[in-house]
Amino acid sequence: MGKLPLRARVATTIGGAAGRMSRLAGRGDGSVIGGVIGLRVEPDLLALLAAGRRVVLVTGTNGKTTTTRLITAGLGALGQEVASNAFGANMEAGLTAALGQAPDASMAVLEVDEKYLPAVLAATRARVVTLLNLSRDQMDRAAEIWLVARRWREALASAPDCRVVANADDPLIAWAAGAAPDVIWVAAGQRWHEDSWCCPQCGSHLSRDELGWRCGECEFARPPARWVLEGSSVIDSSGRLHDLSLSLPGRANRANAVVALAVSDVFGVDPRQALPRLREVASVAGRYTQVKRRGRQVRLLLAKNPAGWLEAFDVLGAPPVPVLLSVNAREPDGKDTSWLWDVDYRVLRGRPVYVAGERSLDLAVRLEADLVPFELADGVDDAVDRVAGDRLDVIANYTAFQHIRVALGRAA
Amino acid sequence: MPPTRGTHARGPSGLRLVWVYPDLLSTYGDRGNLLVLERRARLRGLAVESIMVNADQPVPTQGDIYLMGGGEDLPQILAARRLRADGGLAAAARNGAVVFAVCAGYQLLGAEFGGENGQPLPGLEILNMRSGRGQRRGVGEILADVDPSLGVPRLTGFENHQGVTRLGPGVKPLATVAVGVGNGDGTEGAYAGRVLGTYLHGPALVRNPGLADLLLTWAAGQLPPLQAADEQWTLRLREQRLAAVPS
Repeated sequence: MGKLPLRARVATTIGGAAGRMSRLAGRGDGSVIGGVIGLRVEPDLLALLAAGRRVVLVTGTNGKTTTTRLITAGLGALGQEVASNAFGANMEAGLTAALGQAPDASMAVLEVDEKYLPAVLAATRARVVTLLNLSRDQMDRAAEIWLVARRWREALASAPDCRVVANADDPLIAWAAGAAPDVIWVAAGQRWHEDSWCCPQCGSHLSRDELGWRCGECEFARPPARWVLEGSSVIDSSGRLHDLSLSLPGRANRANAVVALAVSDVFGVDPRQALPRLREVASVAGRYTQVKRRGRQVRLLLAKNPAGWLEAFDVLGAPPVPVLLSVNAREPDGKDTSWLWDVDYRVLRGRPVYVAGERSLDLAVRLEADLVPFELADGVDDAVDRVAGDRLDVIANYTAFQHIRVALGRAA
Repeated sequence: MPPTRGTHARGPSGLRLVWVYPDLLSTYGDRGNLLVLERRARLRGLAVESIMVNADQPVPTQGDIYLMGGGEDLPQILAARRLRADGGLAAAARNGAVVFAVCAGYQLLGAEFGGENGQPLPGLEILNMRSGRGQRRGVGEILADVDPSLGVPRLTGFENHQGVTRLGPGVKPLATVAVGVGNGDGTEGAYAGRVLGTYLHGPALVRNPGLADLLLTWAAGQLPPLQAADEQWTLRLREQRLAAVPS
């Protein structure tokens, strides 16, 4: 921090103090307020704090927080301090606070909100940008995802020194990354296809087969990948097969891990060094946390949009393990619950299903249409009390998830 | 046997629901409309056959109810091009089939809609109306009072569009806006004959079972009311949403 101009040093100090006060006052983890105040004193604070560091940016609709955590774990093999906004505060203030809190870290792994990637890329002059996936999410406040992809494409085209690690299986990601001069393609899979039937380049119909996807009219097609997720293993860029054996559950996290291995490799960390560190990650900002509650094992899964719910179903315990679904529609969740109708709930038949949250009636009507029997629950403890066995899985969207964490005493 | 109208006769396999281009026009929960119609028809003892027609397939002309959903600019433009070339949907509508379209699909029913830069592009010319791009995006809960001649209670839904729609002669507004934007001139949606469109996006029929039943009645004639137990969750949701929006 010694190299920083005076005003930036003042801004960082004041911001840091505000963050500590906010934490002391119990108003969250203090990771945003410090950045907000620091930026008010020095608007270029993010660029100044990022200067001279090796920065990795991580963005996409789903998996940002987890992948950021996995990359940080992998880079830990280098034995250097790594700055990171580990709790998901992913707009300018959160990034600024994360860098301000780690003045001596020579590296930074930062998750970035999809909309802010172009501005953050310009400010941080990142070495690596990681693009995970793009699908419908909170459409009442987010831009159309094709527009998001177009802005990424333009930003990456004007960042020639930046390497991109991108999921070749997601057509919108492939199009956004395709403008960058140096892309490391990862075959991380794509389970949700409903937002990529149209060629992002020419608008025609995309066709899919076992080899991937291609446009029926123009030349746009899935790029060949150097890293491949293959079931529970990864094939690295040298063709070696590694068993993943993660602590984190589900296909989506195996995909996130392959991306993290590819990013670690850019910085010289071999997958054999990185993998043991990735396996140690067992929960991420409360996601996948297991909590003991009144004699029952409660597991928390966060799912914010249809693609996320599809991946969450993949992680559920086998029936008859009961599940609680909890949905809110506040500002951070998106105020429109239409997306519930894009999720296929029929896979929940055969297990007890409880519904809760401020929009539990929307869930009730949705489950009724899919012929999934359910019961209304008055919050997580009510569901815990009604469960016959010793386990309960919980899937909740953003603020519903936070409410449940609070109800469980922030046990996560 | 419920009466059928016009030249359009319901097939022996029951009610045929055709979801037009779910690959292009299904932005946010549009499947809900198909699921609601299926459920409410089956609870009345009607056999239902649902057909999903992707953009690389021909649109069959023998359906009873056609559904079109919302879409972003590029899929909407592609859908218009394909549907105009195919001709199946317009032919079915001419023969008296029921058409229900939301948001981008609603705009496609008209003679003109706005492209990705707002430029006018040709629609399907099923309804005499024109759409374009408005000054600002209408995003939020919408309430609208339906044309009394249709006998459908107040609409509750969510809208998220920047479209403005002007109706020509022969087309009536579906409703009058109480809260929200709708067509942009205080009216909301449009209908003529058995073709009906609305800016309520996505699963518009979920909170508006009366509108769902209107479409089913147009296709299959008079229907008995549902059992109270089969309506309870829908009515509770509807009541909650109506109460949540001050009007």
